[in-house]
Amino acid sequence: MKQLTFLLDGMPVPFEDGQTIMDAAMAADIFIPHLCHHPEFKPQGSCKLCTVKASGRHVSSCTMQARDGMEVENNTPDLNDKRRTMLQMLFVEGNHFCPSCEKSGNCMLQALAYELEMLTPHFDQFYPDRPVDASHPDVLLDFNRCILCELCVRASRDVDGKSVFALSGRGITKHLIVNAESGRLADTDFSLLDRAAHVCPVGVILEKRRGFAVPIGQRLYDEKPIGQQMDSLATRTAKVEVPR
Amino acid sequence: MSVVLEKKKLRLATTSLAGCFGCHMSLLDIDERLFDLLELIDFDRSPLTDIKQCGPCDIGLIEGGVCNAENVLVLREFRKNCKVLIAIGACAVNGGLPAQRNHLNLGQCLQEVYLTGEGVVNGQVPNDPELPLPLDKVHPLDEIVRIDYFIPGCPPSGDAIWKFLTDLLEGRTPRLGHPLLHFD
Repeated sequence: MKQLTFLLDGMPVPFEDGQTIMDAAMAADIFIPHLCHHPEFKPQGSCKLCTVKASGRHVSSCTMQARDGMEVENNTPDLNDKRRTMLQMLFVEGNHFCPSCEKSGNCMLQALAYELEMLTPHFDQFYPDRPVDASHPDVLLDFNRCILCELCVRASRDVDGKSVFALSGRGITKHLIVNAESGRLADTDFSLLDRAAHVCPVGVILEKRRGFAVPIGQRLYDEKPIGQQMDSLATRTAKVEVPR
Repeated sequence: MSVVLEKKKLRLATTSLAGCFGCHMSLLDIDERLFDLLELIDFDRSPLTDIKQCGPCDIGLIEGGVCNAENVLVLREFRKNCKVLIAIGACAVNGGLPAQRNHLNLGQCLQEVYLTGEGVVNGQVPNDPELPLPLDKVHPLDEIVRIDYFIPGCPPSGDAIWKFLTDLLEGRTPRLGHPLLHFD
């Protein structure tokens, strides 16, 4: 049978019927910037960072199925400009103070900002008021950094079967909530062994007492830019450690 | 007879607004390259020269965000006098650490620190006319004036500052790639 291929920035990329542009690109070691996509979970196409131009139309590459002969633009100045603007909007919407964040250096939002050479958030800062939830004995929730990717929502619902997290509200008031009468994480059956405890691409769900086990400057994206880490992105799996 | 045209030195002003002088420390961290830098520039207003007013300059380098009325005046003075204005460091770029007070009520903060806080006896909120009034919110520089370039980092490394300044001084588009571009 003929091998199905599409053109990604002019390069032929093989794919199997039913595969998305993102899956095929990942398999071919080609980086498409993304935040809400995770190879383990059903794609939802909400962050729009992975937007590519397929046959002249802007589509989310994580949800768009590849088609034989399709021409796809990915790493172009125009698309990267748009992606940088989306990152800037994410940065000003929350409180992203990298120097005081435990996730700095391991954060996908930050790594993408490096990759796309975002030097400033550009837009006026929102500085929203989002109190943290430190009620759980093992996990800190810092909502200031939430980008609404719903990976924790999906992991808790689809893998852990607990539905600890959900999004509530519409538009700019949309926010992450905890499924408990009190709204506190301590009043759920959430545990460090949950898949949802290890999927946050930014610094919202943090294991307590481990923040600086690896020093700043020696972390994942300090070593190599995210665009050159296809292996770690494609094989991201649960890093479940038994609490000491 | 050969005519030697001496290249005119550029004038560089620096200041720290709501910052910790960490970025200035990082500037000093270019070490002996400071001598190379001094071949290319003269310092105008800067903590290094102790000149108090900024004159006409080619480049202004500003550390820290804007947290009080005096910061606004100094920032405007720099914008008026500098052809190119650079925001250096996390605080200048997005408000940084001082901006983490932005979700708190400033009046209540002052009350608690100077009047009602634990252990405060006969306190009073400082109101000396020489003290600049704090702003309700801390702002990054580009919310007050136009900024031409940004060097993020807390602080940006000496190497990043050196790369950025030499690119600029030699007429290239300043560019920080991995690993010089970092936010922490």
